Amino acid sequence: MKSYDVVVVGGGPAGLAAAISLRKNGIDDILILERDQELGGILNQCIHNGFGLHTFQEELTGPEYAWRFIRQVEELGIVYKLNTMVLSISPEKVIRAMNREEGLFDIQAKAVILAMGCRERSRGALNIPGYRPAGIFSAGTAQRLVNIEGYLPGREVVILGSGDIGLIMARRMTLEGAKVKVVAELMPYSGGLKRNIVQCLDDYDIPLKLSHTVLEIKGKERLEGVTLGKVDPQGKLIPGTEEFYSCDTLLLSVGLIPENEISRGMGVEMNEVTSGPKVNESLETNIEGVFACGNVLHVHDLVDFVSQEAEMAGKNAAAYVKAHGRRDDKGQVIALTPGEGLRYTVPETLRVTHMDDKLKIRFRVRDVYKNCYVSTYFDRERVMHKKHQILAPGEMEEVTLTRDLLLLYPKLKTIAIRIEED
Amino acid sequence: MYDIMIIGGGVSGAACARELSRYKVKICVIEKEEDVCCGTSKANSAIVHGGFDAATGSLKAKLNVRGNEKMGQLAEELDFPFRRTGSLVICLNQDELPKLQELYERGIDNGVRDLCILNREETLKMEPNLTDQVYAALYAPTAGIVCPFGLNIALAENAYTNGVEFKFDTEVKEVRKLNEGYELHTTQGIFQTRYVVNAAGIYADRLHNMVSKKKIKITPRRGEYCLLDKEAGDYVSRTIFSLPGKLGKGILVTPTVHGNLLIGPTAMDVEDREGTNTTAEGLKQVIEKAGMSVKELPARQVITSFAGLRAHEEHDDFIIGEVEDAKGFIDCAGIESPGIASCPAIGEMVAELLRDKMKLEEKEDFIPTRKGILNPNTLGKEERNVLIRHNPAYGNMICRCEMITEGEIVDAISRPLGAKSLDGVKRRTRAGMGRCQSGFCMPRTMEILARELNQSMPTITKSGGQSQVLAGRNKNEKL
Repeated sequence: MKSYDVVVVGGGPAGLAAAISLRKNGIDDILILERDQELGGILNQCIHNGFGLHTFQEELTGPEYAWRFIRQVEELGIVYKLNTMVLSISPEKVIRAMNREEGLFDIQAKAVILAMGCRERSRGALNIPGYRPAGIFSAGTAQRLVNIEGYLPGREVVILGSGDIGLIMARRMTLEGAKVKVVAELMPYSGGLKRNIVQCLDDYDIPLKLSHTVLEIKGKERLEGVTLGKVDPQGKLIPGTEEFYSCDTLLLSVGLIPENEISRGMGVEMNEVTSGPKVNESLETNIEGVFACGNVLHVHDLVDFVSQEAEMAGKNAAAYVKAHGRRDDKGQVIALTPGEGLRYTVPETLRVTHMDDKLKIRFRVRDVYKNCYVSTYFDRERVMHKKHQILAPGEMEEVTLTRDLLLLYPKLKTIAIRIEED
Repeated sequence: MYDIMIIGGGVSGAACARELSRYKVKICVIEKEEDVCCGTSKANSAIVHGGFDAATGSLKAKLNVRGNEKMGQLAEELDFPFRRTGSLVICLNQDELPKLQELYERGIDNGVRDLCILNREETLKMEPNLTDQVYAALYAPTAGIVCPFGLNIALAENAYTNGVEFKFDTEVKEVRKLNEGYELHTTQGIFQTRYVVNAAGIYADRLHNMVSKKKIKITPRRGEYCLLDKEAGDYVSRTIFSLPGKLGKGILVTPTVHGNLLIGPTAMDVEDREGTNTTAEGLKQVIEKAGMSVKELPARQVITSFAGLRAHEEHDDFIIGEVEDAKGFIDCAGIESPGIASCPAIGEMVAELLRDKMKLEEKEDFIPTRKGILNPNTLGKEERNVLIRHNPAYGNMICRCEMITEGEIVDAISRPLGAKSLDGVKRRTRAGMGRCQSGFCMPRTMEILARELNQSMPTITKSGGQSQVLAGRNKNEKL
């Protein structure tokens, strides 16, 4: 059986940055396994700009952003296999993969970095009633058809869900000559970034209907229209608000789900809120030497943060390999808990002995909060308290912890982050 | 002129075609959709019932028990997924026990083997995720689950291999009696035939009533279902029924042969014979009622929902036989549940009837077996590598959720009566039937369809007719 120090599963933004970081941290024996025909992952179909503001202080397109990493992978001579599907990974880190040339093959890894990304929630998961005609696409599938294949999925479009891909596709379909009639969002706030609402909807006079959902799908062969209706805060339809929109296309941008079937198969413990692995400060899962980063860990809004996270996972995996695969869980382990107003935190546990000088705790809030504070409690003591004008579930937030501060609390058991009103 | 034209390519029509293809006779199946298995046969519970439900002495009872017996051998001959998993009808209190007892006795009268009534402990031991309220259950070990697409397609392919012709996208508009035989006026022209088998499902009454003064009435009875992710697939290991009600067997919870969990159906009589839409109330009812049979139904794991129409006949039995006032016109009507379980026996009954009537001779070269699409997951590593070396398409994963390779999709398209649409590929291979519901594989499967069928991408449909997936090129460029 072939063996590598580290196998990176996925050659998208997370896998690329993790591999580069591994090499820069002294690991030579790396293999990236990518199921698509080129490196770059979903960035290849994201031809709009706005990527890389944090990382490069430039506005790049998706493929440009990916290329900056792919070029480094090439220059550093990191080995990768394309068109290669990982079928399973054993708890002993034997990876079974398949491609056309080599058939089924097994690889032994000392460490594994999970970077498989995520998939889109489908119509079925929402249980939208009606017929099942052609013309219903998840927004990302439509994006692939338009941007990679060069085909227009339809001419009259309704979009359900105001996730970023849906917003981007509202603009994209408009530019390709389709008429986007409306974007409906179930929640009373948008699930996407503010800048995308402005640049993709407002600039093109596309209405956004908040607290609205699709009630019915009409059309037996090709979609003929959808009925939208307004819902109350409990999600129940307000009678009399039903409105029919004729359209041949419905795009769904209703959430992303980390692709963790392989992780579950190998026994990685999952966080039920993120649908991603539970990780410690090193982004290491419950299985020693198995790390996770990017959208497989939790869904991000900005690729820059994916790259940052992956860089850290690479660095920590390198340290694990250099320590000859020994994990040290002795000493102080602090639990991080999502307090009032938070859905989750990544990571969930923290070993002060293993952290860098600074550690970013990333989280999402449950609701829209205005003029509030993000407070960090060390056990019962509030140690940080920062004012925010607005917090929304669509935007990932972070709190930075410093090692110096934590060293002052040698008996600390729990860190809770919560949202506090004025 | 054909000897026999079979109207309808669902399980009944395909089973009749396959059994009749044993004889020296010229047969044609005509189907209004683009593929077989497009009506009731594609959207049902996929249960091979034990046979205790239907009234003793009814055709339903007789053919169910006979069909159930034959299903094992048929699955071996025609290579489709079938598992004899057993079923439980559960009751929730002592008051309901007599009803369970009644079912048991009817089952014995119908000739169902190995039935027994289990107490609460025995039932929960068998199915620990059942509701705590379970009081007793009727256990039918002979019941099973089948892939309805696999069954239907296998029957049709085998019929085709044995010389049966198939005409698709051909809808019968009118049936005229001739001096000898019938003339079928269809959307694709006029055909003459000596005998007609009316296996038109939801439309069987319309065809019957064109040739007979003794009218029959079929009511489309809609059943809505939810399909759950494979993660929930082993929540129960057998089909769980609640006690039957007025409109049918109630809402069941069952594993599928592919490892998902299926819940449903509702029962709602509708006017529209194409009304396969789901409804908010229906889906809610499915989840609520299924939740009464098991504890903590993992309803978050729903990956899709669908509805089918059962062809309900007003006297609540199958109508199979020559129409009294229309010689040579054989009805195969009112085939609702237990139609899937009964179809091997339905085919046999119709074939024997026509054999005797037409004095048919058996073929010497009838081929009783058919090989299904190879599923590489059933192979060992070495065998699979030989396969990939021989045909690298089997090393190219297309559907990530169900792990379906390009090799399987090409097989589905290029075999006899092959797939012509995305749904055709899906029913044959499961590509697109998994948790992402074709989000990833749809563009790739379309490319393979376009390549193999030598068509352009925008002509590829979801399910034939006007169900094109794409509107055209970007910016309305000419194709």
